Amino acid sequence: MRLGLIIVKMIKYIVKRLALSVLILFGVSIIIYGLVRIKPGLDFVQAKYYAQMQLDNTGQVALMVEKQREIYGLTSPILEGYLVWAGNILQGEWGDSFIFSVMTGEVELLVDAEGNPVLDSEGNQLTKPISSSNVLDIIASKSTISFVIALIATILQFGIAIPLGITSATKQYGVVDYSVTVLAMMGISLPSFFFGALLLRVFSIQLGWFPYAGLTDPNSNLPVLLDNIHHLVLPITVLVILSIGGLMRYTRTNMLEVLNADYIRTARAKGLSEHKVIYKHAFRNTLIPLVTILAGILPGLFGGAMITETIFSIDGIGKAAYKAVTMGDIPFVMAYNLFLSVLTVIGTLLSDLMYAVVDPRVKLTGGSK
Amino acid sequence: MKLFDNLQKKIDKKKSIQKHYISKEQIKQTAKENSRIIKELEKQNNRKNVPEEEYLTKMRDSNNVVEFDDLHAYFFTDAGIVKAVDGVSFDIPKKSIVGVVGESGCGKSVTSLALMKLMQKPQGQIFSGEIRYNAKDGKAYNISKVPREDMNKIRGKEMSMIFQEPMTSLNPVFRIGDQLDEILFLHFPGITPEEAKEKSITMLKTVGMAMPESVYSRYPHELSGGMRQRVMIAMALSCDPNLIIADEPTTALDVTIQAQILDLLRSIKNDINGSIMLITHDLGVIAEMADYVVVMYAGRIIEKGTAREIYKNPQHPYTVGLQKSIPALNLNDEKLYTIPGTVPNPINMPNYCYFRDRCNKRFGKCDGEYPATIQISPTHSVACYLAEEIAAELAKSKDGEKNAKK
Ligand SMILES: Nc1ncnc2c1ncn2[C@@H]1O[C@H](COP(=O)(O)OP(=O)(O)OP(=O)(O)O)[C@@H](O)[C@H]1O
Ligand code: SF4
Ligand SMILES: [Mg+2]
Repeated sequence: MRLGLIIVKMIKYIVKRLALSVLILFGVSIIIYGLVRIKPGLDFVQAKYYAQMQLDNTGQVALMVEKQREIYGLTSPILEGYLVWAGNILQGEWGDSFIFSVMTGEVELLVDAEGNPVLDSEGNQLTKPISSSNVLDIIASKSTISFVIALIATILQFGIAIPLGITSATKQYGVVDYSVTVLAMMGISLPSFFFGALLLRVFSIQLGWFPYAGLTDPNSNLPVLLDNIHHLVLPITVLVILSIGGLMRYTRTNMLEVLNADYIRTARAKGLSEHKVIYKHAFRNTLIPLVTILAGILPGLFGGAMITETIFSIDGIGKAAYKAVTMGDIPFVMAYNLFLSVLTVIGTLLSDLMYAVVDPRVKLTGGSK
Repeated sequence: MKLFDNLQKKIDKKKSIQKHYISKEQIKQTAKENSRIIKELEKQNNRKNVPEEEYLTKMRDSNNVVEFDDLHAYFFTDAGIVKAVDGVSFDIPKKSIVGVVGESGCGKSVTSLALMKLMQKPQGQIFSGEIRYNAKDGKAYNISKVPREDMNKIRGKEMSMIFQEPMTSLNPVFRIGDQLDEILFLHFPGITPEEAKEKSITMLKTVGMAMPESVYSRYPHELSGGMRQRVMIAMALSCDPNLIIADEPTTALDVTIQAQILDLLRSIKNDINGSIMLITHDLGVIAEMADYVVVMYAGRIIEKGTAREIYKNPQHPYTVGLQKSIPALNLNDEKLYTIPGTVPNPINMPNYCYFRDRCNKRFGKCDGEYPATIQISPTHSVACYLAEEIAAELAKSKDGEKNAKK
């Protein structure tokens, strides 16, 4: 009976929050489109085809450019243009990337000029794989490897940071505490491009322990999976070490606060062992603020690590985004940013739901707090 | 030249201002000294598998549950040593209620936390003195020597505590039932979940909770302050302890609830086998509930005696002042009496009567060193120069009586 009521409440809450999310995404889309449109001078389609248009006498290119500009609403004033673009987005047409294409896995049957199938010597019809530049296809294909890397890194990060944070809080000003603090500070202050380059230099180039780029090595005699893992050690190390510090400090701070709470004194007064006091009574309460971090994980999980992927030449979405930015692939950048905002909104919703799970005082009432 | 003079003046002025603060070097010095002492004391506390003989002792009087003997409980802070409890001695006899009164900050809570070994660690430490505890099985423990590990057998089971702040004393993420059952599972190994639940619900009934079954499965935030305090009391009672420490159990509650909780404590008094150490700053509550009263001021006991003695014949000007500030006894006065001034800072206390600067009976002798404790009757003692004369007179009149009888 009660459970049913809770579920109904939860669904109501989620629906309300989703409606709110749509509103937020609407705002984000205005900002993204607006930023692209207010750039003075040539718009991004014109810029892309500028050189070709100068060389082309047939007018073909110009025609194509106009057609493309229409897709992004660039031929109309900004407000109308936004509506055109947003309409396309809603219909699932997020545009084509200028620089990326992926194999869709589907094939096209080859035909000759008269429309007859082209056959090979054995009489089978020849086929050609279809490639796609659709930004959604590209995001989908490139985020897989980014997700795998981020998932492993996140699990390691939490698995190391939380226990260390707790130890450093319970043994405040002890050896572990000071080492954790120093490590955390190092992790927070080191930029990833620097730390990544350092690791590459020492462990790949000088010591030769790890490969320095990509995911596989055709000359390697390891099985594919092991080879992949071998390639991923350094990038994951960078991600974990750089993110662990903040989480450790956060856990420590919250744990210290909880350990000073009155109910911890009550738990001790009951005669519970210190272990029970910390890992049952204190830890459950430390979890509550830790759940907020969930909101940040989701975009991190699917959004890729721009700099680290670029340094280690891993063909994930982070590297793609970096390349798109440097090469003016505006359609991809717009889509990538929208994708990140969707992830952020979902992440926030998830973390709010988790709040209600770990903290019985939180009631799902809908609306913003 | 003149410029230089001005500069010198400015520097001098700065120096004189700085003198009012603790300098960085001083803080460093204290911190270093503190961490040395704390380390030593913590080493004692953290020892494991200590043979019992090391912390077993003998009660001075086997009719006492607890004997505080010259207890010094300090906080080693960077600003200096806070002597929160500075030489406190009193007994808690079996099956009695001992009231501890005093203004905020006088060390009442710290006294009780020292007894439970729950002072904030690592800076809070029992520095010296003994606390002897007479356990159910007849063994006497010297609490200050009991390592932390072994303290867990005493806490909750032998003595339990009701805290000042019911709103924050229950863990917000666990159900009331779980928190009540937990203490039973801990101290009665082998108890089944059903038995524990039954016992917990009985305890909730005992403390006058309406709908105990429903409260059992609720979370703390779903209960009012008064209900939460009842839960705390139920928890404190559930292992049938030798001693219950109630640290201002009503301070945080509103007046009607206060009365109910006090009624509850009064009824418990008749039911339990143990003693109650009742901490409050309300002498009125003490007067009607306690058998013995201890009055504390700035970390020391300034007067103690039976409730009747303290109530009918208070000797220390501070106790007199406290009594005058009880509302009910003050019917004819419009304004409630308040003792002027505030409690002095417990770091670097001077060596004269701590109450001197607020005392309205102050006289020449009071400028001397801290007054010695004077025994007025076998149970009544005071630390005040005024009492010296009374004691002398008493002695004289007794001598006189004796002589007359002869
Ligand atoms: N954790 C701590 N660190 C430093 N000093 C402390 C600490 N806890 C208490 N003290 C000091 O010890 C002294 C006694 O405090 P205590 O809590 O025993 O007062 P109290 O008599 O219980 O007052 P109240 O009526 O407000 O509860 C106070 O001066 C306080 O500043
Ligand atoms: S010793 Fe003197 S100053 Fe202190 S309380 Fe007694 S009369 Fe007052
Ligand atoms: Mg107190």
